Amino acid sequence: MTDSTQIALAPAERAVRLLGGDVTEAALRLQLEGLPGVDGVGLEQRAAALSTRSVKEASKRAALDAIIGLTDLTTLEGADTPGRVRSLAARAVRPDPSDPSTPPVAAVCVYGDMVPYAVDALKAAGARGDGTRGEGDGARGEGAPGDGARRAGVRIAAVATAFPSGRASMGVKLADVRDAVAAGADEIDMVIDRGAFLSGRFGEVFDEIVAVAEACRRRDGGRAHLKVILETGELATYDNVRRASWLAILAGADFIKTSTGKVSPAATLPVTLLMLEVVRDWRRLTGERIGVKPAGGIRSAKEAIRYLVAVAETVGEEWLDPELFRFGASSLLSDVVLQRQRMRSGHYSGADYVAID
Amino acid sequence: MGFLDYAPAPESASILSLRPEYGLFVDGEFVDGHGEPFVTISPATEERIAQVARADERDVDAAVAAARRAYERTWSRMSGTDRGKYLFRIARLVQERARELAVAESLDNGKPIRESRDVDIPLVAAWFFYYAGWADKLEYAGLGPRPRPLGVAAQVIPWNFPLLMAAWKIAPALAAGNTVVLKPAETTPLTALLLAEILQQADLPPGVVNILTGAGETGRTLVAHPGVDKVAFTGSTAVGRQIARAVAGTGRRLTLELGGKAANIVFDDAPLDEAVEGIVNGIFFNQGHVCCAGSRLLVQESIHDEVLDRLKRRLATLRLGDPLDKNTDIGAINSAEQLERIRELSAAGEQEGATRWSPECAIPDRGFWFAPTIFDGVTTSSRIAREEVFGPVLSVLTFRTLAEAVAKANNTPYGLSAGIWSEKGSRILAIADQLRAGVVWANTFNRFDPAAPFGGYKESGYGREGGRHGLHPYLSPSTLATPPAMIDTTGVTGSAATRASASARSAASGRGGKGNGK
Repeated sequence: MTDSTQIALAPAERAVRLLGGDVTEAALRLQLEGLPGVDGVGLEQRAAALSTRSVKEASKRAALDAIIGLTDLTTLEGADTPGRVRSLAARAVRPDPSDPSTPPVAAVCVYGDMVPYAVDALKAAGARGDGTRGEGDGARGEGAPGDGARRAGVRIAAVATAFPSGRASMGVKLADVRDAVAAGADEIDMVIDRGAFLSGRFGEVFDEIVAVAEACRRRDGGRAHLKVILETGELATYDNVRRASWLAILAGADFIKTSTGKVSPAATLPVTLLMLEVVRDWRRLTGERIGVKPAGGIRSAKEAIRYLVAVAETVGEEWLDPELFRFGASSLLSDVVLQRQRMRSGHYSGADYVAID
Repeated sequence: MGFLDYAPAPESASILSLRPEYGLFVDGEFVDGHGEPFVTISPATEERIAQVARADERDVDAAVAAARRAYERTWSRMSGTDRGKYLFRIARLVQERARELAVAESLDNGKPIRESRDVDIPLVAAWFFYYAGWADKLEYAGLGPRPRPLGVAAQVIPWNFPLLMAAWKIAPALAAGNTVVLKPAETTPLTALLLAEILQQADLPPGVVNILTGAGETGRTLVAHPGVDKVAFTGSTAVGRQIARAVAGTGRRLTLELGGKAANIVFDDAPLDEAVEGIVNGIFFNQGHVCCAGSRLLVQESIHDEVLDRLKRRLATLRLGDPLDKNTDIGAINSAEQLERIRELSAAGEQEGATRWSPECAIPDRGFWFAPTIFDGVTTSSRIAREEVFGPVLSVLTFRTLAEAVAKANNTPYGLSAGIWSEKGSRILAIADQLRAGVVWANTFNRFDPAAPFGGYKESGYGREGGRHGLHPYLSPSTLATPPAMIDTTGVTGSAATRASASARSAASGRGGKGNGK
């Protein structure tokens, strides 16, 4: 090992607790490379087995509502307009205008420059709480899982740090984050530097996450929640996904998120299962609860239900809470609403009976 | 209601159209048996499913005679291509009726529908497909240019995988040109009888497969019958011994697939989450009613606590209950008798000082049930570490060094299967070479494939099923220029054998329309 491995890293609280006083590149590397390996065949078999659960009737009804309440309704297009964001926000509050009992989604997820429009639209819809929501307290302990997000209305998540590629200088990335937080984002979805991670510069990735977490602080002392996007589709192996998950958690992530949705494959059930195993192990080790967000590629209610099964059977039912699990999706909501209507009326309507953005 | 209390999702038993009574399947027809009929019940509810005939000596005589006739007149003369056509047809019919067969299997055996649907029945079809492909390629089986069938095969199968075991036995026997008299287990005759219907549907010539239901006495009569040329048995070592005695000195060929007490060895560099899945799948698959079940967990000392903790958390998510519910992981124990044996051995485990643990798990009021159970701190001399429990009971032992792992794994009278969990390929290969077990799984467990030979060392039996090796018990090496039917060891069939000349066989294959025409 070269001297560079002795370089001290940012003293992130969790890393200090786990690795001891001096958080160095070498200590971080030892920790990440000492994790047990992942057998890809076995992992995929387990995911396939979980997919065979049959969720019917009352369970299905509850699952559909849960999915809506766990969704980050997302639009991340170059062609996004204020009008589209307003429409998205309206749909987030009332996913099915024909059925007022439909719960609102957890959050809308937009680019940083669209945050002000989302704020206005949600305020207008009365879904912006009283300003006390979104107190990121980082590590959540053993306390009762709140339905905070639902009480507080719909949150706003902004992607930042030169999303989706993450290719910009540190200063630009941090400015991106501060800008979105100042505009009213409750949650920041950052991307990690996959180039640095894959070339083994774990410390660089670590310090970057710590810095972004710091930039998530608001003037009033609160903090925007930090979701760290691993972009698992670029990480090449399941072992890397496990290492990146640990790295992100050690550096202070509130959530670990699979993908940007711009790289294929995006979220898959095996990858999400693996990340759920990491947060389960972290919980065992420290008592802290970390969230997981699969994003991209989950389009049908049937598929989403498989994720709920994986969550409940891996980390437990308490994780089916917007504080601890989210779907990042744009078209998923339409299918869930359609299925919900079908369960209510007994027959399928059609795409034109479900609102679009 | 919590999310995990999944609403019931039962597979419908109404897709089955069962008869109230089933006869014996002899010479292509269902006929009445001469013994006292018996009732087959669902082990999950103890409710009656159907009444089944019991075959006595007269029925065995009739079935063996029918098989002999079919062997001489039809099956041994038919071209391999045509035999293959029948087997392909059976495989396709199994696939077509897969849902029905899965429901019947779960109903009669008690295994969860998830397993009968996703494992048993697909493998049944796979076995027929695989050996259908061999039927016209026997010269490549490694027994010379023209290997010959043996004649009539008597096959006795167990209750743990009723239809799958029937497929394991029937498919290679028919592909090789033998005819069959099969006796399914007393507690699980149902799917074999549905298979008989499929054989009728496939228009298999009468007598090629005969199915006799009954208990141990029927099996004893069948394997000792002088008219059979080959005996194949899967079941307990005790019964296997009796059969070996009965067959000894008769010149009949014998293969036995008997009990096991497999070691599942987990090293400290194993992929832990997947290893835990593998341990669960190794011993709780099919309620542990698996001869190759990984019933002895050998875990490296340094990760013992970690593995046990993860294993217990995982077991807490297993769902025990109605076998027909699609979300059930652990079904019913197959019979009151088997449940009694599991209870007895578990009690012995406690008496011998092992620590017993089971997850909280509601046991239904009716039927035969046993909660998944782990015994920690088991010593190599404990009964639960030496005797086959054949139930959802895992014995946990530890080891420190590689040599100790191998020594403990091999320290058993059995030798059917073993598992190794390690990320290090070189270690897996080194250990696999030293394990005296017929099947060694690496980083997986209880995986079956028709192309892979399966069978045991020591008291786990002899002979192999599956793959090219699975044909050998049903073939004799070629003696050039001798037509197949000449090698009839019983001598019953002289004249028919001489008729079965090469030209007669090609004439038979010329009428190949029989194979696929109807």
